[in-house]
Amino acid sequence: MTGYLIRRLIYGVFVLIGVNVLTFALFFFVNTPDDMARAQLGAKRVTPEAVEKWKLERGYHKPLFLNEKSSGMGRVTDTVFFDKSVKLFAFEFGSSDQGRNIGYDISTRMWPSLAVQLPAFLIGLLVYISFALLMAFFRATALDFWGVVLCVLMMSVSTLFYIIGGQFLFGKLWNLVPISGYNGGFDAIKFLALPVLIGVVSGIGGNARWYRTIFLEEISKDYVRTARAKGLSEARVLFRHVLQNAMIPILTGVVVVIPLLFMGALITESFFGIPGLGSYTIDAISQQDFAIVRVMVFLGSVLYVIGLIMTDLSYTLVDPRVRFS
Amino acid sequence: MNLLPFRFELLWTDALVWLLVAAVIGYAAYARARPHLRAPWSRVSRSASGMAAAVILAAFVLAGLLDSVHYRPALPPQNGKVAYATELRSLLDLALQPLRVKREKTYSAPLATHLYAKETMLLPDGREVRDFPRLRHGGAHLKNPGADWAGDVTLRGFRGLAVALLIWFTVAVALSAAVAQRSGNGIEQSWGDIWRGRTAIPWRAALCALAALAVFAGPVIALAPHYHVFGTDKVGQDVLYQALKSIRTGMVIGTLATLVMLPFALLLGVMAGYFKGRVDDMIQYLYTTLSSIPGVLLIAAAVLMMQVYIENNASLFPSSEIRADVRLIALCVILGVTSWTGLCRLLRGETLKLRELEYIQAAHAFGVSHWRIMMRHVMPNVMHIVMIALVMDFSGLVLAEAVLSYVGVGVDPSMISFGTMINSARLEMAREPMVWWSLAAAFVFMLALVLAANLFADAVRDAFDPRLVRAGAAA
Repeated sequence: MTGYLIRRLIYGVFVLIGVNVLTFALFFFVNTPDDMARAQLGAKRVTPEAVEKWKLERGYHKPLFLNEKSSGMGRVTDTVFFDKSVKLFAFEFGSSDQGRNIGYDISTRMWPSLAVQLPAFLIGLLVYISFALLMAFFRATALDFWGVVLCVLMMSVSTLFYIIGGQFLFGKLWNLVPISGYNGGFDAIKFLALPVLIGVVSGIGGNARWYRTIFLEEISKDYVRTARAKGLSEARVLFRHVLQNAMIPILTGVVVVIPLLFMGALITESFFGIPGLGSYTIDAISQQDFAIVRVMVFLGSVLYVIGLIMTDLSYTLVDPRVRFS
Repeated sequence: MNLLPFRFELLWTDALVWLLVAAVIGYAAYARARPHLRAPWSRVSRSASGMAAAVILAAFVLAGLLDSVHYRPALPPQNGKVAYATELRSLLDLALQPLRVKREKTYSAPLATHLYAKETMLLPDGREVRDFPRLRHGGAHLKNPGADWAGDVTLRGFRGLAVALLIWFTVAVALSAAVAQRSGNGIEQSWGDIWRGRTAIPWRAALCALAALAVFAGPVIALAPHYHVFGTDKVGQDVLYQALKSIRTGMVIGTLATLVMLPFALLLGVMAGYFKGRVDDMIQYLYTTLSSIPGVLLIAAAVLMMQVYIENNASLFPSSEIRADVRLIALCVILGVTSWTGLCRLLRGETLKLRELEYIQAAHAFGVSHWRIMMRHVMPNVMHIVMIALVMDFSGLVLAEAVLSYVGVGVDPSMISFGTMINSARLEMAREPMVWWSLAAAFVFMLALVLAANLFADAVRDAFDPRLVRAGAAA
């Protein structure tokens, strides 16, 4: 078990190195720092001096891989690659192209993100699985049929419309919650209620249908027939046996996203003005702040790799047969 | 000397779209001659929801294809030389000429005769009043809009509806005649069969979908030349025109992105499953790395870099339409490159199973080369997965376009798409009085497109998935 975990961790580090090289190539080879400077400064103000100044202020003036002018370790460490990419592994995020400290921004902005994402995730899981179990329980009846129709209909609506519609109904028409904004403490609840609700509702269609498929697949297996043959009630079969055995496919999809909850929801946060990492990313994209985007890409993959390892661990919790070697 | 009053212009996306059409026709001809390929498609045609969805999709595809034939109209000749307009038009633009040309000043509500905002106007006698000015085009034929408007709209709407239903009825009768000819029964018998759902192919569902289309399109077509059926947007452009133009953008992204992804997924997935060992490790590492980056972020990073490239190399793109088109293709490529991992994983798993089967072992024993085994013996047997992925991804990509355009990493802002429509309209909900029609139009068109695509994809999946077919046969 420990040996397996260590191997997974090493593999995860290799994945992160891959991500790192990929983003470095994307951000420094497809376009050189000069190109970025020109794009940032705008066509009118581009002079060679301005470009050099822009690069110097942000540390892009160094050579990419090998600094001939330095000596000793400095030949490798005093480069763009080391500064901007290798240091990410030590979670030294440096400063954004606007000069703000990215590490500080992330540590303050991840909590509002989590405050939206965690309740939405937990309530969502409960709602989706209950709805799916309900459809599986009444399978091949009108309830199941119309349930699936509702799911397909709901998954055909863009998230944007859920948000706009929700803001209009709850915020503007019924005046129940503020349309957007955020505040700390208990005050946060009234700002969070709508984003959480919309996060849950917008996911119902796709998720409930997906879980229903998983349950129906389990229901057609032999052990279910055995359970029914020994006289168990359908409800008991479903909740006790099917649900437990469906945990592996459910966990495969669910556990991976838990660490990513920190990253926040891009669209929801920017619509509701929640100062989380999602809106941070959106702002960075619209301001073409390459440093922030690069850090977020790296952070996202770190969290994903953690999620993968957590998924493996969770298998051993729900299924005693799973042994890693 | 060119005598045509226009010059065809083939954009990159046009070329790819028509290539795709050719490929689909080629595949249809190929599959028609082979019973094992025809069987799943005939199963699709027996699904009621699938047929209904196919009818609606066909209407969207028609609009998308019309919008994929571009030309430049000739300008009035000067000094005997023919010059062509810099602005690109499509056949759809030609069909929607009245909608495109009739621009208002700013917002106007659906079917309105007056602008949505009060303006100070100068009366002929020199007095100034603040009132809602008449529209330049919407309902301009009405002498007294207050009294005539309701009657005119109802009359035109009903006239359009009647014509549409008449056409629909003709189609239904023609279909009965065709069914009658096939089955050898009389027309009346076939008509009854269709409506009682007794035909092998569920024509009833298809006709119902066609009726829904007629009920919607009839009045709209009748009213569109005289009113702005879905209102106008901030700069006075007809919203119906925008919604129809958005269809092509969505369809191009939905199809071309999957097309880009296909070679990667197919080749790497099959190779990983077939060779196992080192090759498998490498490919698995590649797709774990790519899929570990949250999708939107990877797309955003790539699109940002593309934007910088386009900005710095503006001279490569002679006109804004060409720039927008190149950006659309680049977006498709980026979406494709970032989304092949899912399908690759499925194909790898399937190939792992297939390679252990006897017929592959036999091929090995006969000394068939690896490449040939993969191409001739493995590929055809994973094609059902590819087909399912192709249709399932479409709706997701159309939805993704809207989100990406909102984030600012989607299509070019000058290109009309559902995303840009929603993006420019989202603040209008907060406006007093509210402007809701842009969003409503985007919502209706997008829902119809995505819902039809989802239903059709379900029908295709049910028909192609061997496990589901078996379960269906047992039941």
